[in-house]
Amino acid sequence: MPTFVRTEKCDGCKGQDKTACMYICPHDLMKLDKDGSETGHAMKSYNQEPEQCWECYSCIKICPQQAIEARAYADIVPLGGSVQPMRGTDSIVWSIQFRNGVKKKFKFPIRTTPEGSIEPYAGKPEADITKISEPGFFVQVGGYRPGNPSELICK
Amino acid sequence: MAGEFGSPEVIEEEVDILVIGGGMASCGAAYEIGPWVDAAKKAGVDIKVKIVDKAAMDRSGAVAQGLSAINTYIGPDQDPADYARMVSNDLMGITRDDLAYDLGRHVDESVHLFEEWGLPIWKLDENGERHDGSKGMTPLKDGGKPVRSGKWQIMINGESYKWIVAEAAKKAIGIDNVQERVFIVKLVNDKNDKNRVAGAVGFSVREHKLYVYKFKACLLVAGGCVNIFRPRSVGEGTGRAWYPVWNAGSTYAMAAEAGAELTMMENRFVPARFKDGYGPVGAWFLLFKAQATNAFGEVYMVKNKELLNDYPPYGQAAVPASCLRNHLMLKEMMEGRGPIYMDTVTALGKLKEVLSPREVKHLEAEAWEDFLDMCIGQCGIWAGENIEPEKKNSELMPTEPYLLGSHSGCCGIWVSGPEDLGAPTSESIPGQPEHLPQGWNWGYRSMTTVKGLFTAGDGVGASGHKFSSGSHTEGRIAAKAMVKFVMDHKDHKPELDTDVNTLIEEIYRPVRNFIEHKNYSTAIDVNPNYITPKMLQFRLQKIMDEYVAGVATYYRTNAHMLKVAEDKLEMLKEDALKMRAKDLHELLRAWENYHRILTAEAHMKHIQFREESRYPGFYYRMDKNFVDETNWKCFVNSVYDRNTKQWTCFKRAHKDLVDKSKLFKAAAH
Ligand SMILES: Cc1cc2nc3c(=O)[nH]c(=O)nc-3n(C[C@H](O)[C@H](O)[C@H](O)COP(=O)(O)OP(=O)(O)OC[C@H]3O[C@@H](n4cnc5c(N)ncnc54)[C@H](O)[C@@H]3O)c2cc1C
Ligand code: SF4
Ligand code: SF4
Repeated sequence: MPTFVRTEKCDGCKGQDKTACMYICPHDLMKLDKDGSETGHAMKSYNQEPEQCWECYSCIKICPQQAIEARAYADIVPLGGSVQPMRGTDSIVWSIQFRNGVKKKFKFPIRTTPEGSIEPYAGKPEADITKISEPGFFVQVGGYRPGNPSELICK
Repeated sequence: MAGEFGSPEVIEEEVDILVIGGGMASCGAAYEIGPWVDAAKKAGVDIKVKIVDKAAMDRSGAVAQGLSAINTYIGPDQDPADYARMVSNDLMGITRDDLAYDLGRHVDESVHLFEEWGLPIWKLDENGERHDGSKGMTPLKDGGKPVRSGKWQIMINGESYKWIVAEAAKKAIGIDNVQERVFIVKLVNDKNDKNRVAGAVGFSVREHKLYVYKFKACLLVAGGCVNIFRPRSVGEGTGRAWYPVWNAGSTYAMAAEAGAELTMMENRFVPARFKDGYGPVGAWFLLFKAQATNAFGEVYMVKNKELLNDYPPYGQAAVPASCLRNHLMLKEMMEGRGPIYMDTVTALGKLKEVLSPREVKHLEAEAWEDFLDMCIGQCGIWAGENIEPEKKNSELMPTEPYLLGSHSGCCGIWVSGPEDLGAPTSESIPGQPEHLPQGWNWGYRSMTTVKGLFTAGDGVGASGHKFSSGSHTEGRIAAKAMVKFVMDHKDHKPELDTDVNTLIEEIYRPVRNFIEHKNYSTAIDVNPNYITPKMLQFRLQKIMDEYVAGVATYYRTNAHMLKVAEDKLEMLKEDALKMRAKDLHELLRAWENYHRILTAEAHMKHIQFREESRYPGFYYRMDKNFVDETNWKCFVNSVYDRNTKQWTCFKRAHKDLVDKSKLFKAAAH
């Protein structure tokens, strides 16, 4: 399902030096056509290698204008379906439309803490350098399991 | 000086520890390393750490679109030894128990942190009803009950999994120490010790800048490898491989070139997934209790059960190895009883009989979420083909092969393991090249056989089934060991064995090829003086598909076919010097494909060396179509010589550190 950019919706991220879709695509696919020489649409983004798109939806989810959508791979899938997300701060809403018109909508949680709120070391102990060669991490959060010693048959 | 295409600005930087890759393992390392670096500072050693990722950490690596399950969570009721046994059996007996066991005792620590950071984890209430992770129920660390979709897996609302884990990692290491959009091309050995790494070079895909890093230690965690085999789709759908198309074997190729010993590179993963979209099947089998059938509704796992007896003892475990499950499916396909279906209709029908309408609605959402959280393309296929799983069954299909070390595969790099589990310290089979260490541990946990080079996640071979949580955990284990390494070598000054100008010339060769020859022909892509990275990739995929047991031959090969592949790969490697790059994006593709070629070559050489078919269902050597426990229950390892461009394959003995017979006894009744 390669992505495509809706001409009338993309604003080129208002001319910032890095657009949201270019920033996020893990495969370096989204590209801003600054002067329109590549697409005929200046200051708008496009997918420069659609046959390499993993349809991970990272660009679709991040675009501030909701300008990016996906059209199922034409060499595999009949036309007419669509799967479009709206990602909020704590949940994501999916709108799915079938080729035959059936519609489905789902909402799922995405995180239980506010974005940007993680304090990785708050309330955590310092590392004890004398233990650097021992098993275990600097912090133990109830998950370390030394294991039943009798299971180790070569010790 | 601002660089331009063809003459980049060169940025040289010296750090103590460089992390290559920004995926799960990298994020684990970033988190764990902070407090150890602080502790080292107190002991008088200042340590500077940097992460380089070819993409943006928020969405890079295999977890980019999210996941619907954490596949490794041990929980309070199982022992690390149970986990090591499962890993071993699924990978046909040849894994390192020391690595799996060590992971098993540490991994839940990372899962508990994920939950603390905000990852929603499904829970069971006291009545056994499932709730999504937003309901604020008791956290796992305080005894909350997860929803198991298998013995080791727990369900999550994981759309933002990577986003959350990356937030913690970036904050832990400091955003100034993260360099995104730089693709590392190669490691550079130390001038004074060729068995040591001293640096790495790469280029920005955004600016005309070339980066030369020097370091004491390096964590190479750039994921596994996809697209060395021709994918089943060859048009627009090429991008829809099961494995994320951006992990190009950089880990294996760069480690091999630096002289690191690889292990089990013959192993591959051929997942059986929903056809074309490659949506996950685990929850369908384990949570919704669906069965897979041939076109006539026959359950092939039952019908072809006796085939499992050909592969004792692995076929006799309660859960047969993944490759053997494929083996039973392939029989149906090859004998013309396809398509294979996941019987979603019957499964959901049965569940509806016992559930309330509210629960049924919840169940439908769960089924869709399983795809939407990690494989959205599958929903696109269901929508386009009008497939509602309660009304219409979906086809299943085994994919093209992928190479990875953290999912259900075990290829990768040979690393030093923990010292307290009774692992061998000498070798009982002779024949390893002399400069390599003996036994399974040589000082620093997670270090490869090259001094200063560490790895984790998909990089670590001979283990497998670590998944997202385990890769994070391995990154943490390696981070700690790297701090110790740097402290022990605090006065070491890394010196590159190649001068910077030579490195620039090499990395920019595809650009020079283009600039020098582009006006020779009128059509930019057809020119006898260079090859586009895309055509090079097609050629690689054709060779691997047709001769090295790809889908074209139903995963079958033999010594003669491998010999043909060997010769063709050699010429391909020569032609890689003639790749062209017309822009930075194409330069990225050029080097990705170079990494793919080396990874593919390692895969081919290992299959050639191992004279048996260890993974029926993943590949068959038809000239040695059996599992040979007497001669081949051993590791196949290799080293590559960057100068002669030759591989040397050899054996290392396998040893059980936990009793495997327990697995098979359980299956006997
Ligand atoms: C399709 C799929 C489904 C999965 N499902 C599950 C699941 O349900 N549950 C579960 O627990 N696990 C699952 N896993 C496993 C999990 O995603 C992996 O085990 C884990 O991500 C591996 O971590 P890693 O750090 O080794 O690699 P990755 O997370 O893939 O990270 C690799 C990193 O390296 C970077 N990189 C690559 N090459 C270079 C280079 N040359 N220079 C610089 N950077 C580079 C990439 O950008 C990326 O940041 C799944 C994996 C796949 C592929
Ligand atoms: S993120 Fe959206 S608005 Fe911004 S450049 Fe990309 S498509 Fe256009
Ligand atoms: S869907 Fe993913 S791979 Fe495709 S263009 Fe968007 S971010 Fe890139």
